[in-house]
Amino acid sequence: MQFFGGSDISPSPPNPSGSGNNSKNNNSGGGGNMMYVFNRNGVCLLYREWNRPLRTLSSQQDHKLMFGLLFSLKSFTAKMDPTNVDKGNLGVPQLPGQGCSFHSFKTNTYKLTFMESPSGIKIILVTNPRIADLRDSLKYIYNLYVEYVVKNPLYSPGTPIRDSFRLKPRGVEELRCAWRLPFRDLLGEQ
Amino acid sequence: MAAAIFSFFIINKSGGLIFYKDYGSAGRMDTNDSLRLASLWHSMHAISQQLSPTVGCSGIELLEADSFDLHCFQSLTGTKFFVVSEPGAQHMESLLKVIYELYTDYVLKNPFYEMEMPVRCELFDINLSQAIQKDRVALLGR
Repeated sequence: MQFFGGSDISPSPPNPSGSGNNSKNNNSGGGGNMMYVFNRNGVCLLYREWNRPLRTLSSQQDHKLMFGLLFSLKSFTAKMDPTNVDKGNLGVPQLPGQGCSFHSFKTNTYKLTFMESPSGIKIILVTNPRIADLRDSLKYIYNLYVEYVVKNPLYSPGTPIRDSFRLKPRGVEELRCAWRLPFRDLLGEQ
Repeated sequence: MAAAIFSFFIINKSGGLIFYKDYGSAGRMDTNDSLRLASLWHSMHAISQQLSPTVGCSGIELLEADSFDLHCFQSLTGTKFFVVSEPGAQHMESLLKVIYELYTDYVLKNPFYEMEMPVRCELFDINLSQAIQKDRVALLGR
Protein backbone atom coordinates (compact mmCIF):
# COMPACT_ATOMS: atom_id res chain seq x y z
CA MET A 1 0.00 0.00 0.00
CA GLN A 2 1.40 3.36 -0.90
CA PHE A 3 1.14 6.36 1.32
CA PHE A 4 0.91 9.77 -0.13
CA GLY A 5 3.77 11.61 1.47
CA GLY A 6 2.39 14.41 3.65
CA SER A 7 -0.84 16.23 3.10
CA ASP A 8 0.43 19.12 1.03
CA ILE A 9 -1.36 19.62 -2.21
CA SER A 10 1.04 19.67 -5.05
CA PRO A 11 1.15 23.18 -6.48
CA SER A 12 -0.65 22.12 -9.62
CA PRO A 13 -2.77 19.14 -10.71
CA PRO A 14 -0.82 16.19 -12.12
CA ASN A 15 -1.14 17.44 -15.66
CA PRO A 16 -0.87 21.10 -16.53
CA SER A 17 -4.25 22.76 -16.20
CA GLY A 18 -5.52 25.83 -17.91
CA SER A 19 -7.96 28.45 -16.65
CA GLY A 20 -11.13 27.58 -14.79
CA ASN A 21 -13.40 29.47 -17.21
CA ASN A 22 -12.56 27.15 -19.95
CA SER A 23 -13.84 24.10 -18.16
CA LYS A 24 -17.05 25.85 -17.16
CA ASN A 25 -18.30 26.35 -20.69
CA ASN A 26 -17.74 22.80 -21.66
CA ASN A 27 -19.98 20.83 -19.36
CA SER A 28 -20.66 17.73 -21.39
CA GLY A 29 -17.36 17.49 -23.18
CA GLY A 30 -14.14 16.00 -21.93
CA GLY A 31 -13.67 12.40 -21.01
CA GLY A 32 -15.23 12.34 -17.54
CA ASN A 33 -18.58 10.74 -16.79
CA MET A 34 -18.93 10.35 -13.04
CA MET A 35 -16.99 10.58 -9.81
CA TYR A 36 -17.76 8.83 -6.53
CA VAL A 37 -16.16 9.13 -3.10
CA PHE A 38 -17.05 6.46 -0.55
CA ASN A 39 -15.88 6.06 3.02
CA ARG A 40 -14.99 2.69 4.46
CA ASN A 41 -18.55 2.01 5.60
CA GLY A 42 -19.91 2.40 2.10
CA VAL A 43 -21.45 5.84 2.63
CA CYS A 44 -21.29 7.86 -0.55
CA LEU A 45 -19.60 11.09 0.56
CA LEU A 46 -19.60 12.75 -2.81
CA TYR A 47 -21.16 12.03 -6.16
CA ARG A 48 -20.71 14.16 -9.24
CA GLU A 49 -21.72 13.45 -12.78
CA TRP A 50 -20.83 15.30 -15.93
CA ASN A 51 -22.09 13.11 -18.70
CA ARG A 52 -24.47 10.27 -17.96
CA PRO A 53 -27.15 9.68 -20.57
CA LEU A 54 -28.05 6.21 -19.27
CA ARG A 55 -29.53 5.83 -15.82
CA THR A 56 -31.01 2.49 -14.86
CA LEU A 57 -31.33 2.88 -11.09
CA SER A 58 -32.20 5.44 -8.45
CA SER A 59 -29.14 7.24 -7.15
CA GLN A 60 -29.15 5.41 -3.83
CA GLN A 61 -29.33 2.02 -5.53
CA ASP A 62 -26.66 3.12 -7.94
CA HIS A 63 -24.27 4.01 -5.12
CA LYS A 64 -24.93 0.72 -3.37
CA LEU A 65 -24.32 -1.21 -6.57
CA MET A 66 -21.08 0.64 -7.23
CA PHE A 67 -19.78 0.06 -3.72
CA GLY A 68 -20.79 -3.59 -3.91
CA LEU A 69 -19.03 -4.02 -7.22
CA LEU A 70 -15.79 -2.56 -5.86
CA PHE A 71 -16.00 -4.64 -2.71
CA SER A 72 -16.53 -7.85 -4.63
CA LEU A 73 -13.90 -7.04 -7.23
CA LYS A 74 -11.43 -6.50 -4.41
CA SER A 75 -12.14 -9.88 -2.87
CA PHE A 76 -11.94 -11.35 -6.37
CA THR A 77 -8.50 -9.87 -7.06
CA ALA A 78 -7.24 -10.77 -3.58
CA LYS A 79 -8.17 -14.39 -4.16
CA MET A 80 -7.00 -14.48 -7.77
CA ASP A 81 -3.56 -12.93 -7.04
CA PRO A 82 -1.15 -15.31 -8.81
CA THR A 83 1.97 -14.02 -7.06
CA ASN A 84 0.87 -14.65 -3.49
CA VAL A 85 0.89 -18.11 -1.91
CA ASP A 86 -1.18 -17.35 1.16
CA LYS A 87 -4.38 -15.76 -0.08
CA GLY A 88 -6.87 -16.74 2.57
CA ASN A 89 -10.46 -17.52 1.77
CA LEU A 90 -12.65 -15.87 -0.80
CA GLY A 91 -14.94 -13.23 0.67
CA VAL A 92 -13.18 -12.74 4.00
CA PRO A 93 -13.15 -8.97 4.61
CA GLN A 94 -9.73 -7.38 4.28
CA LEU A 95 -8.31 -4.15 5.58
CA PRO A 96 -7.46 -1.39 3.11
CA GLY A 97 -4.07 -2.17 1.62
CA GLN A 98 -4.25 -5.81 2.56
CA GLY A 99 -4.19 -8.32 -0.28
CA CYS A 100 -4.01 -7.67 -4.00
CA SER A 101 -6.26 -4.81 -5.06
CA PHE A 102 -6.97 -3.33 -8.47
CA HIS A 103 -6.61 0.13 -9.93
CA SER A 104 -8.81 0.15 -12.99
CA PHE A 105 -11.05 -1.80 -15.29
CA LYS A 106 -12.23 -1.11 -18.76
CA THR A 107 -15.34 -1.97 -20.76
CA ASN A 108 -16.21 -0.94 -24.30
CA THR A 109 -18.13 2.12 -23.07
CA TYR A 110 -16.25 3.34 -20.00
CA LYS A 111 -13.17 3.02 -17.86
CA LEU A 112 -13.32 2.99 -14.10
CA THR A 113 -10.27 4.05 -12.10
CA PHE A 114 -10.19 3.26 -8.41
CA MET A 115 -8.07 4.26 -5.45
CA GLU A 116 -8.36 3.34 -1.80
CA SER A 117 -6.56 5.30 0.89
CA PRO A 118 -5.18 3.62 4.02
CA SER A 119 -8.17 4.94 5.96
CA GLY A 120 -10.59 3.24 3.55
CA ILE A 121 -11.65 6.26 1.51
CA LYS A 122 -12.44 5.05 -1.99
CA ILE A 123 -12.26 7.44 -4.91
CA ILE A 124 -13.73 6.34 -8.22
CA LEU A 125 -13.58 8.06 -11.56
CA VAL A 126 -15.64 6.81 -14.48
CA THR A 127 -14.33 8.10 -17.77
CA ASN A 128 -14.14 7.52 -21.45
CA PRO A 129 -12.41 4.17 -22.16
CA ARG A 130 -9.64 5.78 -24.20
CA ILE A 131 -8.26 7.71 -21.24
CA ALA A 132 -4.72 6.87 -20.15
CA ASP A 133 -3.64 6.10 -16.59
CA LEU A 134 -5.42 8.34 -14.05
CA ARG A 135 -3.83 7.18 -10.81
CA ASP A 136 -2.02 10.48 -10.30
CA SER A 137 -5.27 12.40 -10.74
CA LEU A 138 -6.87 10.25 -8.07
CA LYS A 139 -4.05 10.96 -5.65
CA TYR A 140 -4.49 14.63 -6.36
CA ILE A 141 -8.21 14.38 -5.66
CA TYR A 142 -7.42 12.55 -2.43
CA ASN A 143 -5.15 15.41 -1.40
CA LEU A 144 -7.98 17.85 -2.11
CA TYR A 145 -10.25 15.76 0.07
CA VAL A 146 -7.73 15.88 2.90
CA GLU A 147 -7.19 19.62 2.57
CA TYR A 148 -10.75 20.85 2.11
CA VAL A 149 -12.88 18.20 3.79
CA VAL A 150 -10.92 16.45 6.51
CA LYS A 151 -9.35 19.70 7.70
CA ASN A 152 -12.67 21.52 7.70
CA PRO A 153 -13.72 21.94 11.34
CA LEU A 154 -17.42 21.95 10.41
CA TYR A 155 -17.24 18.60 8.72
CA SER A 156 -18.38 15.61 10.75
CA PRO A 157 -16.71 12.44 9.50
CA GLY A 158 -18.90 9.95 7.70
CA THR A 159 -21.45 12.44 6.40
CA PRO A 160 -21.87 13.45 2.79
CA ILE A 161 -19.71 16.36 1.70
CA ARG A 162 -21.96 19.37 1.28
CA ASP A 163 -21.31 22.17 -1.14
CA SER A 164 -21.60 24.68 1.70
CA PHE A 165 -18.20 23.55 2.89
CA ARG A 166 -16.76 25.84 0.29
CA LEU A 167 -15.64 22.75 -1.47
CA LYS A 168 -17.41 23.97 -4.50
CA PRO A 169 -15.59 27.17 -5.32
CA ARG A 170 -12.19 25.83 -4.53
CA GLY A 171 -12.45 22.09 -4.38
CA VAL A 172 -14.75 20.75 -7.02
CA GLU A 173 -13.75 23.25 -9.66
CA GLU A 174 -10.18 22.33 -8.92
CA LEU A 175 -11.01 18.67 -9.24
CA ARG A 176 -12.60 19.49 -12.53
CA CYS A 177 -9.51 21.24 -13.76
CA ALA A 178 -7.35 18.51 -12.36
CA TRP A 179 -8.71 15.89 -14.63
CA ARG A 180 -10.84 17.49 -17.31
CA LEU A 181 -8.14 19.46 -19.02
CA PRO A 182 -5.68 16.62 -19.34
CA PHE A 183 -8.46 14.52 -20.84
CA ARG A 184 -9.06 17.05 -23.50
CA ASP A 185 -5.39 17.06 -24.41
CA LEU A 186 -5.33 13.30 -24.52
CA LEU A 187 -8.39 13.01 -26.68
CA GLY A 188 -7.36 15.77 -29.02
CA GLU A 189 -10.56 17.69 -28.38
CA GLN A 190 -10.61 21.45 -28.59
CA MET B 1 11.21 -17.82 -15.65
CA ALA B 2 7.92 -16.21 -14.76
CA ALA B 3 5.03 -17.19 -16.93
CA ALA B 4 3.35 -14.47 -18.94
CA ILE B 5 0.05 -16.26 -18.48
CA PHE B 6 -0.98 -17.41 -15.04
CA SER B 7 -4.29 -19.10 -15.69
CA PHE B 8 -7.14 -19.46 -18.14
CA PHE B 9 -10.88 -19.92 -17.54
CA ILE B 10 -13.99 -20.56 -19.64
CA ILE B 11 -17.39 -19.95 -18.08
CA ASN B 12 -20.71 -20.81 -19.67
CA LYS B 13 -23.57 -18.38 -20.11
CA SER B 14 -25.00 -19.09 -16.67
CA GLY B 15 -21.72 -18.51 -14.84
CA GLY B 16 -20.61 -22.10 -14.38
CA LEU B 17 -16.94 -22.90 -14.80
CA ILE B 18 -16.52 -25.30 -17.72
CA PHE B 19 -12.76 -25.13 -18.21
CA TYR B 20 -9.87 -24.06 -16.00
CA LYS B 21 -6.16 -24.40 -16.48
CA ASP B 22 -3.36 -23.11 -14.31
CA TYR B 23 0.01 -22.18 -15.84
CA GLY B 24 2.02 -21.60 -12.71
CA SER B 25 0.40 -19.19 -10.28
CA ALA B 26 1.66 -19.28 -6.72
CA GLY B 27 -0.56 -21.09 -4.23
CA ARG B 28 -2.77 -23.58 -6.03
CA MET B 29 -6.47 -22.91 -5.98
CA ASP B 30 -8.71 -25.84 -5.26
CA THR B 31 -11.71 -26.72 -7.40
CA ASN B 32 -14.18 -25.00 -5.12
CA ASP B 33 -12.23 -21.75 -5.23
CA SER B 34 -11.98 -21.74 -9.00
CA LEU B 35 -15.71 -22.40 -9.32
CA ARG B 36 -16.51 -19.57 -6.94
CA LEU B 37 -14.15 -17.16 -8.63
CA ALA B 38 -15.69 -18.00 -11.99
CA SER B 39 -19.24 -17.31 -10.87
CA LEU B 40 -18.10 -14.19 -9.04
CA TRP B 41 -16.56 -12.93 -12.26
CA HIS B 42 -19.79 -13.70 -14.11
CA SER B 43 -21.76 -11.44 -11.75
CA MET B 44 -19.13 -8.67 -11.71
CA HIS B 45 -19.29 -8.70 -15.49
CA ALA B 46 -23.09 -8.31 -15.41
CA ILE B 47 -23.04 -5.55 -12.77
CA SER B 48 -20.47 -3.56 -14.71
CA GLN B 49 -22.96 -3.39 -17.58
CA GLN B 50 -25.60 -1.94 -15.26
CA LEU B 51 -23.29 0.83 -14.13
CA SER B 52 -22.36 2.04 -17.58
CA PRO B 53 -22.97 5.76 -18.15
CA THR B 54 -23.89 5.15 -21.79
CA VAL B 55 -25.83 2.50 -23.66
CA GLY B 56 -24.31 -0.54 -25.31
CA CYS B 57 -21.96 -1.72 -22.60
CA SER B 58 -20.87 -5.32 -22.96
CA GLY B 59 -19.04 -5.83 -19.68
CA ILE B 60 -15.48 -5.71 -18.39
CA GLU B 61 -12.82 -6.38 -21.01
CA LEU B 62 -9.71 -5.66 -18.97
CA LEU B 63 -9.19 -5.59 -15.23
CA GLU B 64 -5.88 -4.16 -14.06
CA ALA B 65 -4.96 -5.40 -10.61
CA ASP B 66 -1.76 -4.74 -8.67
CA SER B 67 -0.13 -8.02 -9.60
CA PHE B 68 -1.98 -9.20 -12.70
CA ASP B 69 -4.10 -8.19 -15.67
CA LEU B 70 -7.30 -10.03 -16.50
CA HIS B 71 -8.46 -9.96 -20.10
CA CYS B 72 -11.97 -11.15 -20.80
CA PHE B 73 -13.67 -11.99 -24.07
CA GLN B 74 -17.36 -12.73 -24.30
CA SER B 75 -18.69 -14.58 -27.31
CA LEU B 76 -22.07 -13.73 -28.83
CA THR B 77 -23.62 -16.73 -27.13
CA GLY B 78 -22.55 -15.50 -23.68
CA THR B 79 -19.64 -17.86 -23.08
CA LYS B 80 -16.81 -15.94 -21.40
CA PHE B 81 -13.13 -16.64 -21.86
CA PHE B 82 -10.66 -14.96 -19.57
CA VAL B 83 -6.96 -15.09 -19.12
CA VAL B 84 -4.96 -13.93 -16.11
CA SER B 85 -1.60 -12.56 -17.24
CA GLU B 86 1.31 -10.49 -16.03
CA PRO B 87 0.58 -6.76 -15.75
CA GLY B 88 0.99 -5.07 -19.09
CA ALA B 89 1.03 -8.28 -21.14
CA GLN B 90 0.37 -7.46 -24.79
CA HIS B 91 -1.80 -9.04 -27.49
CA MET B 92 -3.99 -10.95 -25.04
CA GLU B 93 -7.14 -10.02 -27.02
CA SER B 94 -5.81 -11.80 -30.08
CA LEU B 95 -4.81 -14.80 -27.97
CA LEU B 96 -8.37 -14.99 -26.66
CA LYS B 97 -9.72 -14.87 -30.21
CA VAL B 98 -7.39 -17.71 -31.17
CA ILE B 99 -8.58 -19.71 -28.16
CA TYR B 100 -12.19 -19.00 -29.11
CA GLU B 101 -11.49 -20.43 -32.55
CA LEU B 102 -9.99 -23.53 -30.95
CA TYR B 103 -13.08 -23.82 -28.77
CA THR B 104 -15.44 -23.68 -31.75
CA ASP B 105 -13.30 -26.16 -33.70
CA TYR B 106 -12.46 -28.73 -31.06
CA VAL B 107 -15.20 -28.39 -28.47
CA LEU B 108 -18.38 -27.31 -30.22
CA LYS B 109 -17.75 -29.57 -33.22
CA ASN B 110 -17.05 -32.52 -30.98
CA PRO B 111 -20.12 -34.78 -31.30
CA PHE B 112 -19.69 -36.05 -27.73
CA TYR B 113 -19.63 -32.61 -26.15
CA GLU B 114 -22.79 -31.54 -24.34
CA MET B 115 -23.46 -27.81 -24.40
CA GLU B 116 -22.78 -25.84 -21.17
CA MET B 117 -21.05 -28.84 -19.60
CA PRO B 118 -17.39 -29.04 -18.51
CA VAL B 119 -14.98 -29.27 -21.43
CA ARG B 120 -13.14 -32.58 -21.66
CA CYS B 121 -11.76 -32.67 -25.18
CA GLU B 122 -8.24 -33.91 -25.76
CA LEU B 123 -7.75 -32.05 -29.03
CA PHE B 124 -8.75 -28.81 -27.38
CA ASP B 125 -6.25 -29.37 -24.54
CA ILE B 126 -3.43 -30.10 -26.97
CA ASN B 127 -4.11 -27.13 -29.20
CA LEU B 128 -4.65 -24.81 -26.27
CA SER B 129 -1.28 -25.63 -24.73
CA GLN B 130 0.31 -25.09 -28.14
CA ALA B 131 -1.32 -21.67 -28.47
CA ILE B 132 -0.21 -20.64 -24.98
CA GLN B 133 3.28 -22.00 -25.62
CA LYS B 134 3.50 -20.05 -28.85
CA ASP B 135 2.49 -16.94 -27.01
CA ARG B 136 5.19 -17.53 -24.44
CA VAL B 137 7.85 -18.07 -27.13
CA ALA B 138 6.77 -14.86 -28.83
CA LEU B 139 7.21 -13.10 -25.51
CA LEU B 140 10.69 -14.52 -24.99
CA GLY B 141 11.69 -13.47 -28.49
CA ARG B 142 11.09 -9.83 -27.76
